[in-house]
Amino acid sequence: MSAIAEKLYRRRRLKNSIALVMASAATLFGLFWLVWILWTTLVNGIGALKPELFYQMTPPPGEDGGLANAFFGSMLMSILAILMGTPVGILAGTFLAEYARRSYLGEAIRFINDILLSAPSIVLGLFVYTLVVRPMGHFSGFAGAITLALIVLPVVVRTTDEMLKLVPSQMREAALSLGVPQWKVTVQVLYRSALPGIVTGILLALARISGETAPLLFTALNNQFWSHDLSGPLASVPVVVFQYAMSPYDTWHELAWAGAFMVTVFVLCISLIARAIIARRKVAND
Amino acid sequence: MSTDQALPASALAAHNDNTARRAESDRRADNAFRYLVTGAGLFVLLALAGAAFSMLWGGKLAFSTFGISFLTTTDWDAVGHKFGALVPIYGTLVTALIAMLIAVPVSFGIALFLTEVAPPWLRTPVASAIELLAGIPSIIYGMWGLFVFVPVMSSTVIPFLNKYLGPLPILGPLFQGPPLGIGMLTAGIVLAIMVIPFISSVMREVFLTVPTRLKESAYALGSTTWEVSWNVVLPYTRSAVIGGVFLGLGRALGETMAVTFVLGNAHHLTASLLMPGNSIAATIANEFSEADSEIYQSSLVALGFLLFIVTFVVLAIAKLMLMRLNRNEGAK
Repeated sequence: MSAIAEKLYRRRRLKNSIALVMASAATLFGLFWLVWILWTTLVNGIGALKPELFYQMTPPPGEDGGLANAFFGSMLMSILAILMGTPVGILAGTFLAEYARRSYLGEAIRFINDILLSAPSIVLGLFVYTLVVRPMGHFSGFAGAITLALIVLPVVVRTTDEMLKLVPSQMREAALSLGVPQWKVTVQVLYRSALPGIVTGILLALARISGETAPLLFTALNNQFWSHDLSGPLASVPVVVFQYAMSPYDTWHELAWAGAFMVTVFVLCISLIARAIIARRKVAND
Repeated sequence: MSTDQALPASALAAHNDNTARRAESDRRADNAFRYLVTGAGLFVLLALAGAAFSMLWGGKLAFSTFGISFLTTTDWDAVGHKFGALVPIYGTLVTALIAMLIAVPVSFGIALFLTEVAPPWLRTPVASAIELLAGIPSIIYGMWGLFVFVPVMSSTVIPFLNKYLGPLPILGPLFQGPPLGIGMLTAGIVLAIMVIPFISSVMREVFLTVPTRLKESAYALGSTTWEVSWNVVLPYTRSAVIGGVFLGLGRALGETMAVTFVLGNAHHLTASLLMPGNSIAATIANEFSEADSEIYQSSLVALGFLLFIVTFVVLAIAKLMLMRLNRNEGAK
């Protein structure tokens, strides 16, 4: 009897050890790719960094140049996208958290918003293409910015909704009992309390659109020259990186790595800042 | 009240008048604000509906010209104006399947490690590092795949697969082919790396919702860590775990840039996973700005519509599965 129990126990212990070793191996497996990808980007990117990146235009094949117009185009479209997507997102998030918390409409919007959050971005690009580019007859930076705004929107809606829900209801009740109208309670009390969270949402959205490539391919297209004309084609870093990386030219590959490096560093910095804001808020609430 | 009586009647009337006017303007502002936020909320619904309808509209020509054969034929002839989407559909499904076969067990392992195995001081940094993977733009995965991973695949992995898995009776044809490096297997692996952080972070979060009492009861009965995870934690969180897997699947189906780099943009249907193929998203990304005829463009938009419908269904299932766990939580 005890021999059988002993054997069974040993088998269970062995199975447990194997499973735990496999779990640790899986984690190492995940970290291994992270390190490999970041290392590649770092080594190739730093090797390709040079001051010309920031003041010369994207070159034709075989010539030297920089990415100045692409940086500018990306910046322009990202800022515009944030300016368009954020207000609508905050208002929609307010609707979900303050006006439709338990209603069917609110649940439906929340559901759709979550789907929009993970929907393939290329689909949004096609949407804006049929909505803006086709009627206008040509590609434009403005269309690119609208596409990016549609990616910003669900991120901001989600974070605003969640952050407003975290505001204690005593705060609302206290303000309302003083006779403050509800819109003022929302704007001057609730927004102020939820501000760090909302800012985090905007930063996460910015991080997301800075590396976004696919939907820009057929909305903003690309532009080899310096342009600040939003009604015409506009260059952006990810699209230039895509075009140059797929090309057979070494000088273009190098520029692509430099662009990829800059985008990665920017995105990672923004995510770290967003994380820091959230972490500090948690400490403050405890 | 006594102060009211002390005031002249006219001042009192003015005061009441003021309050009434104030209340009236507050009411109007409140209503305006309510309309504003409701409008913004409805805009979210409108955006998704608009996307669906505009693509259906754009793909109408392709659907009406080719009918059901759009889904079942493999011709992709820009000159002869004949389009069939079987190759991209097949490529999308196969690459996503490969990705899930790799990503699901690995993500489960990571979640297990982060909730049960690792010492507490190690959990947060490792979890953040894995989540960092999710933040890297997909184009970086694509470039890394093309310049670094594809050479590794063609020089070592594919010859190895050819030699040892190629001769197998049923699975063999999947692993026979020239060592190009570019192909569906490579794309599937890159996709797996991309979706691991999504699935593992959902799994980790839901594993943390399991009541400690439940786990401790199992430990007290003499269960090992593995038995607790497999027989207590996993059944308790089953629906949410499936939701997390579907969330990853939705990502894998719709991912564009990473796949475009390493898939090879070939419109042939092959059994081999080592041959170049295509996916819906990669086809659109590669060809849309060059589509010169009405029917060509419409076919690409129709592809986009298919992708949209499929990802919508997958993501909706994911969301419903995740909501189920929350409801159970709320019921307790």
